[in-house]
Amino acid sequence: MTAITLKDIVKRYGDGFLAVKGVSLDIADGEFVILVGPSGCGKSTLLRMIVGLEDITSGELRIGDEVVNDKAPRDRHLAMVFQNYALYPHLTVFENIAFPLRLQKGKFSEQEVRDKVEFAAKTLELQDHLQRKPANLSGGQRQRVAMGRAIVREANAFLFDEPLSNLDAKLRGQMRTEIARMQRRLGTTTVYVTHDQTEAMTLGDRVAVLRKGELQQVASPRGLYEQPVNLFVAGFIGSPPMNFLPGVVEGSTLKTPIVDIPVSSDLASRLGSRSLVIVGVRPEYFEDASLVKAPKDSAQFDVNVDVTEWLGSDLYAYIPFETNPDVAGKLEELDRDLDGEGMRTQLVVALNAESRVRDGDSASLWFDPSKAMVFDPESGENLTFDETQAREIDAQNEKDRKASLERAQARERSRAAG
Amino acid sequence: MRTMSTKLKVWWAVITVLVLVYALFPVLSILATSFKLPSELDLGRFFPKTWTTTNYEQILTGSAKDLFLPALRNSIGISLIATFVAVVLATLAAYAIARLDFPGKRLVLTTALGVSIFPVISIVTPLFNLWRNIGLYDTWLGLIIPYLSLTLPISIWTLAAFFRQIPWELEQAAQVDGATSWQAFRKAIVPLAAPGVFTTALIAFFIAWNDFVYGISLTSTSAARPVPAALAFFTGASQFEEPTGAISAAAVVVTIPVVILVLLFQRQIVSGLTQGAVKG
Repeated sequence: MTAITLKDIVKRYGDGFLAVKGVSLDIADGEFVILVGPSGCGKSTLLRMIVGLEDITSGELRIGDEVVNDKAPRDRHLAMVFQNYALYPHLTVFENIAFPLRLQKGKFSEQEVRDKVEFAAKTLELQDHLQRKPANLSGGQRQRVAMGRAIVREANAFLFDEPLSNLDAKLRGQMRTEIARMQRRLGTTTVYVTHDQTEAMTLGDRVAVLRKGELQQVASPRGLYEQPVNLFVAGFIGSPPMNFLPGVVEGSTLKTPIVDIPVSSDLASRLGSRSLVIVGVRPEYFEDASLVKAPKDSAQFDVNVDVTEWLGSDLYAYIPFETNPDVAGKLEELDRDLDGEGMRTQLVVALNAESRVRDGDSASLWFDPSKAMVFDPESGENLTFDETQAREIDAQNEKDRKASLERAQARERSRAAG
Repeated sequence: MRTMSTKLKVWWAVITVLVLVYALFPVLSILATSFKLPSELDLGRFFPKTWTTTNYEQILTGSAKDLFLPALRNSIGISLIATFVAVVLATLAAYAIARLDFPGKRLVLTTALGVSIFPVISIVTPLFNLWRNIGLYDTWLGLIIPYLSLTLPISIWTLAAFFRQIPWELEQAAQVDGATSWQAFRKAIVPLAAPGVFTTALIAFFIAWNDFVYGISLTSTSAARPVPAALAFFTGASQFEEPTGAISAAAVVVTIPVVILVLLFQRQIVSGLTQGAVKG
């Protein structure tokens, strides 16, 4: 069992490109940490530096108590699952899983190898396929073989590099829970790279959000969702993404294109002398006033709905608005960072599926203004960030993690015993 | 894909037959000639009147035995050694070229290309003089070295192209799994490269096997003379008899190994072993 510590890790490629710009991250023993970010944010490079396939330009990488900067991959005792599985096509599934054991010559007897492979195969339900070649397996089965190869090593940590991105949507959901279950059972430190924020939110004990080689925020999924430190994290986490509206401060009101929000005294002190800010409201904070009566101090407004999407569980309504040219540039840049297409400015609201709002309707909506976030348009900093709250969420999350790990381990022990 | 129209099918059949006739007619002609009696050579018939194995007897057990059998032994030995050395060296070189970024990589590749397009006939005379001075003239080694210069470049180029197709992740996975660079190469890459290595070995072997210019210029006795060169020294039973039959028989005999090799390695060459290594 191992903790992984990254200290000011920098990666500069031969052509001078700075891929990772000084990332520091503590990964606790048995923790499941996600590295997430849009394409080109350096997350895969960071993972490959941890496993040793990429040199570290500067900084210090510790696995356990040891500095491993200059150690070869095989001396780091980690197991990695690659995006394209990297199975050995000339070997059977059995031999693929046994490969890491066979490399340690003489350390395991034939019987031990068979026991270990069969244990891994049972964990991953691969017993029936042990004598087949990878070419004859489905995508999900190949993925499981790759995981089996990681399990038998009894490695210090598991590293996953976008392991689910080659699978179709349904299988991806199944494999996601499979990975989570495996990690809890084995209690192995895990680092998982993905660009998919759903995977990040569902799997991670903690999620590290990266942007252009810089660490933006490391927090629990809930921490990221409720207390993002800046515009980028707020926009990246959540689906559909958070709505960003230009807000003009006029006395004690904050004027946005759709509604005026009263400025509380706390918010006023945080705003300082700024007259233009970006207001962020998550789609799911909106309610249809005809279904849920608006409370007294809510921000209520009437809009014309452009398009609606009914999904069974939710109803998404799209409402175009005119943005403020002073913040349009900033929001466009943010959209580009998030791999967006720079589409029209529109408000997305997620309403209850029972809502009768349809395309072209006018509707009356409301949201709780205390849940709105306010960002500095220049730095992108979240002005409504509540540090105590954020710390509390993470502490609670850490407690939950330890408890669930404990439970899984206890279950495992009792299964082994009886 | 749409099915071909009848007209198109007929055209394809005609073209295929033409190509087959063009390619196989000489082979058939040689085969037929090899079974003719020396006296029947000038009859103007395609097939022999009486089928005879006289020519084969002549080269394998008869008067031409001392000329042909040592030459056959030389050809097989020299070609195999040249092929083996070329493939081993080319595998390592091609792997380095495909995987590593080292200064002079382009130089190695362009030099290899330059060597392979250099006309053989222009270096054979200086080589003849050099070999005589250093004692390599009329030895196996004296032929293996120039054969390497023919087989290495093409081997390096084909193998480098082949290695580039093998996903790098396989090797990295092996390294993470605990393999040294050498183990990763031997256990993950070499088995996958086998079809490519076979193909390359075959090409290299044929180049060495078919060579005539070096074979005739750098040898003088049966100590190292390969078959293509030895054929030129065949004589008839008397000076009024053409050795055509014996030469044809020898040509058939040296074609056999090539046919056997192709049949033997056909499956390895064709098999798509990398399938399933990555998302597919």
